[in-house]
Amino acid sequence: MTDAEVKTVVQETELPKRLREEVYDAVEEHNASVEEAQDIATAVESRYLATRLDPLDPVGTVSAQSIGEPGTQMTMNTFHYAGVAEIDVTSGLPRLIELVDARKTPDTPVMHVYLDEEHAHDREKAHEVVWNIEATRILALGDVSTNVADMLVSVDLNEETLRERWPTYDSLGEIVDEVAGTIESNLGVETTRPEPTTIEFGPDEPSYRELLQLVEELRDIVFKGIDDVSRVVIRKEEVESGDEEFILHTEGSAFGKALKIDGVDSSRTTCNNIHEIHRNLGIEAAREAIINETRDTLEEQGLDNVNIRHLMLVADIMTNNGEIESIGRHGISGNKDSVLARAAFEVTVNHLLDAAIHGEVDDLDGVTENVIVGKPIKLGTGDVDLRMGGSAPTSADD
Amino acid sequence: MSTGEAPKQIGSLSFGLMDPEEYREMSATKVITADTYDDDGFPIDMGLMDPRLGVIDPGLECKTCGQHSGSCNGHFGHIELAAPVIHVGFQKLIRRLLRGTCRECSRLLLTEDEADEFRDRLDKTRSLGEDLGDVTKAAIRRARKASNCPHCGEKQYDIQHEKPTTYYEVQDVLSAEYSERIAAAMEGRPVGDEEEGEVDREPMGPTDLAEETGIDTSRIQDILSGEFRPTKEDREALEKALDVDLTEEDMNKLMPSDIRDWFEDIPDYDIETLGIDAEKSRPEWIILTVLPVPPVTARPSITLDNGQRSEDDLTHKLVDIIRINQRFMENREAGAPQLIIEDLWELLQYHVTTFMDNEISGTPPARHRSGRPLKTLSQRLKGKEGRFRGSLSGKRVNFSARTVISPDPTLSLNEVGVPDRVASEMTQTMNVNARNLQDARRYVANGPETHPGANYVRRPDGRRLKVTEKNCEELAEKVDPGWEVSRHLIDGDIVIFNRQPSLHRMSIMAHEVVVMPYKTFRLNTVVCPPYNADFDGDEMNMHALQNEEARAEARVLMRVQEQILSPRFGENIIGAIQDHISGMYLLTHDNPRFNETQALDLLRATSVDGLPEPDGTDEDGLEYWTGRSVFSELLPEDLNMEFEGTLGEPVVIEDGQLVEGTIAEDEVGEFGGEIVDTITKVYGNTRSRVFINEVATLAMRSIMHFGISVSIDDESVDSEAEDRIQEAIDNAYERVQELIETYEAGELESLPGRTTDETLEMKIMQTLGRARDSAGDIADERLDEDNPAVVMARSGARASMLNLTQMSACVGQQAVRGERINRGYEDRTLSHYKKDDLSADAHGFVESSYRQGLNPQEFFFHAMGGREGLVDTAVRTSKSGYLQRRLINALSELESQYDGTVRDTSDTVVQFEFGEDGTSTTQVAHDEENPIDVDDIAARVMNAEFTDETERESFLKGDTLQTNLSEHQDTWRTGASSPEVESDD
Repeated sequence: MTDAEVKTVVQETELPKRLREEVYDAVEEHNASVEEAQDIATAVESRYLATRLDPLDPVGTVSAQSIGEPGTQMTMNTFHYAGVAEIDVTSGLPRLIELVDARKTPDTPVMHVYLDEEHAHDREKAHEVVWNIEATRILALGDVSTNVADMLVSVDLNEETLRERWPTYDSLGEIVDEVAGTIESNLGVETTRPEPTTIEFGPDEPSYRELLQLVEELRDIVFKGIDDVSRVVIRKEEVESGDEEFILHTEGSAFGKALKIDGVDSSRTTCNNIHEIHRNLGIEAAREAIINETRDTLEEQGLDNVNIRHLMLVADIMTNNGEIESIGRHGISGNKDSVLARAAFEVTVNHLLDAAIHGEVDDLDGVTENVIVGKPIKLGTGDVDLRMGGSAPTSADD
Repeated sequence: MSTGEAPKQIGSLSFGLMDPEEYREMSATKVITADTYDDDGFPIDMGLMDPRLGVIDPGLECKTCGQHSGSCNGHFGHIELAAPVIHVGFQKLIRRLLRGTCRECSRLLLTEDEADEFRDRLDKTRSLGEDLGDVTKAAIRRARKASNCPHCGEKQYDIQHEKPTTYYEVQDVLSAEYSERIAAAMEGRPVGDEEEGEVDREPMGPTDLAEETGIDTSRIQDILSGEFRPTKEDREALEKALDVDLTEEDMNKLMPSDIRDWFEDIPDYDIETLGIDAEKSRPEWIILTVLPVPPVTARPSITLDNGQRSEDDLTHKLVDIIRINQRFMENREAGAPQLIIEDLWELLQYHVTTFMDNEISGTPPARHRSGRPLKTLSQRLKGKEGRFRGSLSGKRVNFSARTVISPDPTLSLNEVGVPDRVASEMTQTMNVNARNLQDARRYVANGPETHPGANYVRRPDGRRLKVTEKNCEELAEKVDPGWEVSRHLIDGDIVIFNRQPSLHRMSIMAHEVVVMPYKTFRLNTVVCPPYNADFDGDEMNMHALQNEEARAEARVLMRVQEQILSPRFGENIIGAIQDHISGMYLLTHDNPRFNETQALDLLRATSVDGLPEPDGTDEDGLEYWTGRSVFSELLPEDLNMEFEGTLGEPVVIEDGQLVEGTIAEDEVGEFGGEIVDTITKVYGNTRSRVFINEVATLAMRSIMHFGISVSIDDESVDSEAEDRIQEAIDNAYERVQELIETYEAGELESLPGRTTDETLEMKIMQTLGRARDSAGDIADERLDEDNPAVVMARSGARASMLNLTQMSACVGQQAVRGERINRGYEDRTLSHYKKDDLSADAHGFVESSYRQGLNPQEFFFHAMGGREGLVDTAVRTSKSGYLQRRLINALSELESQYDGTVRDTSDTVVQFEFGEDGTSTTQVAHDEENPIDVDDIAARVMNAEFTDETERESFLKGDTLQTNLSEHQDTWRTGASSPEVESDD
């Protein structure tokens, strides 16, 4: 263990925890004396302080530029294939814009569902989870035909598919019961079963229109899985630990529902809808999601050299008040305190008129306001009250 | 500036509405005449150009303040409107107030408890700094639900709003057919829309009715005959007795005067419940009775060449308003019928509306005679060129210059070549004192035309004199300490240099002036990447700084050398580019030998003034130096590095000597060249500037020594290789054909989640992509290592191996929207192909190389691909520009504080530590976790290899890097500033 004297010496420096630990390790490894430890700590401290951010640095503008500038190099091509050729995902500049706009639903919602120990390594088991996520509609289960003469819709179910999708049920009859039950409760019709795997039903009163209507409605019924998830792709991928696992990629997302499904590892599962993450996991998770999504978007465009700290700042300001605020007139820029700053951004006239009836007072604290009235802005060198004297100092000591 | 007045500074701005009385008080004159000038060209009294409203013609005197045009800001006048009109901007507020307050007593239609609740909510939202709109809207919504006023009990009616400025009260009034209805009801018949048997009514005689309602029988007879309209009470009684509805809905138009009366009675307390500041903004003030007339200076008229005056759009609009106003008054006095009065009122409302805003939906915009819509008040404020974004946030400045840029490799990267005529126009103010008196006199004596001259002087009494060719000698003698001399820019002055679009902070940097002949700004080519500049006609802007603080800040913070590291990725953004890289590659790749003359020639433009020990002697016994040791002369002596270089081979630098490896893009290049990056971070910006400058000059010497040129022949391959390329492509064609056949036979297995069509396309694309790659590989084999194009591609100077492939082997598949070309004619791309031809060449595969030339179809497909790229760029610039504007607007107020937090200007903490660890993004590269090598430090401390205490001290405390004030410090101080071109080499 590091001895107490070394500890006090190191404690006195301004080193962060991570570097302190490294200093302890180094001291131990080199078997340094307290004086030497002091020297090491001082040397490390001086280098650490040199990499610190300067006070009064206008970090906001720098971060905004660091994200905006590479935007000019991104493609407008909307789609790319997420790893595999199977799922299209919005990427490039449109995706970046979507993220800072904080759209309620992304253009192409997707989830990446990780599975727990039990299900992650067995394709069969993984498939069980898939059937609970992917929305199963009637066309996946069998053929639908309309019998106009008898005014009947007849569904011919595929036995194999049924057994595959409801693996927990023992008998086929139960499954067909389940399917028929779903149809009855959704369409409000009585069903009959001329054959074990055939379900028939028709409108109460013979009506050609209603018959077709029923077929249309039948197609929309979700028999199993989550309504919003239209497709699930299973892939074996290497995960962080180095193991290979089955991971589910979904088209469409319903994060809250997916997390509750048996077999889903809710600690690793993600989706690309920041609002869903906010709703289910809270604002800190949403912040993390914004950082990850923006970083992935940039990386995918080959702009992996944008410092992640810039993305953090954007995510932090978007989540600063506990909710996701968009960047633009409906979000941060539209909620500024200053009337002039809001008027100078967008919808000028309305902001001025509203300010008048509310009797608002602009204290001219921000940047835009001060540019407008012609005062130095309170950022960087403008935040320091230091100026060159008009005359030479009269004596040496002042 | 020295008018003796204290500079005005604005502390805060308060917004509110204006009381009509205030308009009258501040008005310089009432405006009653719609005309502007009389026949003699003089402004008409009490007209729109009344001289009391300010003056625009030079020479005239303002009748209000006595000042001349230029110093008089103008004064408001006013128009007394014949009848109140609505302010369009507040149409929604008016609607809300009408709906939320009582039509009788004007109180807010909320009980005391409800009102208190909303007031509390309002206070809470205000203290949280959130939008008040939600609360006030909720309050109105609640108030609207009340059918009777909780204060006076009056029944409330629905308010309908016909945009933009008409309001109706939907009232129940006595139906026109009341007598028929009563009669029907008395007979027990269904009334109005009622169906037979729906209502059960007993027939009732007039006497019974009179008894039940308490109305005279004769009066009931009168009512039945339609001679007498029942009063409200009578009507209600009748309705009750007969169980009949005698009313019908009617839209009662609320005139602005009614609304004004209504609003006047709203108590202050209720107003505040709605979030309106009653002190500053009484609601009746949004119904205008007086219209302020903007000063003439805000709507200047211009005199055209033919002597005709052309009035401003606002003046035109005001003329309209006054005319209608006048007519309104005349008509009313003459007792014109109500219909005509209402029409005129509406017309007046229209003109006042369009005066405020000419883009109201539902209102035809007021037009100029030529048909162009008028630009009225709102249009002046709005948008990019509007008052806010165009005039207030973006300001025009003096002391700026703009011209074409061109390269000059002899300049340091900190410098900018300024044309002498620019330098003589832009000045710096010298405060003359005993020490610079000689210089100052010399500048003045040179006059305004000769280069280091002066344009103006200011005497201690504040009088400014222009220096002319005639008076310069005379003035020069008078110059004494205490004077100010506006002297020309000279070498070593600091100026700000900028290229648009200014996307990041490196787009505006400070340079030191080097005055030069000719007309372009000159810059060192290594500063092209941060500005994103090239020399195909780019122009750049220069700004001369006007006070000492600005110059100091520019020099310390904005100089090019301070911007070598980019805050975006924490590595150098300035470094060797293009030919510099080819040059370094040629110099170090094969490590060629140079004799003394050659070696000295290579280094002649650098600060190295001697050669090191030779690397050896050749067969003839002559000493030689290798390329690597020549390069090593530029490195700091104690530099140690080892990393994987551009070519994937290790680069080793030991004690400032390049031992192994090739110097190319990843070593000294623009975006993150390792050596430049390390030197900047370890040895400081000044050392780095010297290094980059010298690498650039050495590389230029080197590339001139070896020579580099590219011709068509350099891209050609022998016929054997050509055959092999053809074979590779033919193979691919065959495979594509096979794929098509399987597809057509319906045997193609589709990829999961894809249709067979999509699968086929993907597979064909893959096959053809591979074909091009293998063709490229074949060509690559045939191109020599010393082929200039290969040198450029390998070293990372310009172009890539893909470009070479396209030039010498095969251009490859052309794509639109990431797919093969599938558009054009029905079922085919061009009429040269059969319908539904899926083959490679029918869908944009370009088999030829650029050197061979493309056939017409290929050329066409290639142009399609090219067009997509152009469109993409055009769309992208506008989208990303808006994204950047929004980002900057949202983040611009964030600043790091002394306590390490990041806060906005109202002191809200956004981050407790910037980027979670408080490190600077310029100092730490994006991919570095921990830039401090604790182990190495410990090892050095333990080995204690310090020669003396100062070295130890400097190791422990870190070097305090010296701020280099000026590259020309020495020459400049000695007064040796001459117009001659000097370089720092």
